[in-house]
Amino acid sequence: MSIMIKAEGISKSFGEKRVLESIGLEIGSGEIFGLLGPSGAGKTTLIKILTGQLLQDGGSAEINGNDSRRLTGDERRRIGITMDDFGIYERLSCADNLKIFARIYGMTQKDVLDALEKVGLSEAQKTTAGKLSKGMKGRLKLARAFMTAPDILFLDEPASGLDPVSANEIHRLILSEKARGKTVFLTTHTMAEAEKLCDNIALLCDGRIVEYGSPAEICRRYDHQRMLKINLRDGRDIVIPHNKEAAVKVASLIEEGKTETIHTTEPDLETVFTEITGKELSA
Amino acid sequence: MKNTWAVFMKQVNETFKNKTILIQFLMFPMLVIVMENAVQIDNMPEHFFVKLFSVMFVGMAPLTCMSSIISEEREKNTLKVLMMSNVRPVEYLLGVGSYVFLMCTAGTLVFAVVGEYRGKELAVFTAVMSAGIVLSELTGAMIGIFSRSQMTAASVTVPVMMVFSFLPMLSMFNESIKKAAAIIYSQQLSEMINGIGTTDISAKSVVILLVNFAAADVVFAAAYKRKGLE
Repeated sequence: MSIMIKAEGISKSFGEKRVLESIGLEIGSGEIFGLLGPSGAGKTTLIKILTGQLLQDGGSAEINGNDSRRLTGDERRRIGITMDDFGIYERLSCADNLKIFARIYGMTQKDVLDALEKVGLSEAQKTTAGKLSKGMKGRLKLARAFMTAPDILFLDEPASGLDPVSANEIHRLILSEKARGKTVFLTTHTMAEAEKLCDNIALLCDGRIVEYGSPAEICRRYDHQRMLKINLRDGRDIVIPHNKEAAVKVASLIEEGKTETIHTTEPDLETVFTEITGKELSA
Repeated sequence: MKNTWAVFMKQVNETFKNKTILIQFLMFPMLVIVMENAVQIDNMPEHFFVKLFSVMFVGMAPLTCMSSIISEEREKNTLKVLMMSNVRPVEYLLGVGSYVFLMCTAGTLVFAVVGEYRGKELAVFTAVMSAGIVLSELTGAMIGIFSRSQMTAASVTVPVMMVFSFLPMLSMFNESIKKAAAIIYSQQLSEMINGIGTTDISAKSVVILLVNFAAADVVFAAAYKRKGLE
């Protein structure tokens, strides 16, 4: 698996305030990587540095082997970006919004319609962008990012503030891009989104990566109690240590047909984040 | 070139949807048609309203449109998206600038038709108006570059626009204002337009216009270097 995004020792300050400190990460081809952290942790700053929108004070960032500070036109075309603050032309229709970029990239009207179809906005192609719901605007921004069939997608809080149905639609689109072999770098402060989508995540707090790995791996790492929770058919729950003796106990309960469900009790990402930083992830 | 074309076409698509901009292009050309046909006063110079409104149009429309378009794109972060899509600042400015120029030239032609300019007179009128449009565009772009929002841009644009578009009119009534206004391009445009068909364009007017061009270029370049487009 080739490395598509690489950062080494990235640091950035705004005036006296240190926003990023020695950030290092490697993201492989076809991976969905999630950067988790509360608001103000430095997620957007890192995405801006990785995409060449902002210069770092120290360290290096590479996109597909190219220095992020010196990306050429062709290299930029292979990156799709949608940031929370990226605007759309509210007076223009969805199709006209995409046509601007189709002209820039030398694409056709069919490419525009394909991009709209991909995000489920075919029927809204003539609708003025300003009249779209927040979820549909999000999808229009994604269509713009997907248009050039980029190898790497940078998505800054793509489902932020959306209702569950719209968020699920965005998640479906992201997963379909992964299925096409695209690399996705997304930032989020929603634990469930990271667990659902990401192969690997980094927890960012006060500009530092405090934990790195797959969501399940990180949760297991902080499973200090190692217990099993068994829901019995009679409605009772029992919690037993997760060890060799538990195997005998669980086997007998299953044999007797008493078990409804069995769970391990590792913490979720929210709990892990709070344990490491003393802060709430969704703050 | 294709990036400039993309920006130009974006503006074309927005023409009838952006009322603030559209009214700038239409107001004075429509007003001149109405006033030239409705107001007849004894001893009023021939095509008085064409000469008066054309200078106001040139001092107002390109300046307001450029500053409004650029500041809106900055405020709504659509400009950032264009820049991230390989559109260079110069391509963006050329795209917006050529659109505004074209629309203002259409307005110029309305003035020319109402003013019954023909042949050499038409050529001089169009050339003078074109020079004014470009100068006003540079000034408007400069305001747009320095403004983070449309509201900020408007608060700067209005007084600047009033100076450029109203001083030539006020100078008709006051010699002191006329002397002071002589250094600004719109006053020279006014004198050139008023002299069409009767007097040739003076070397002094051309020099002042060129100095205005040079000054606008230098200030624009400095503003752009300091602030950039993003």
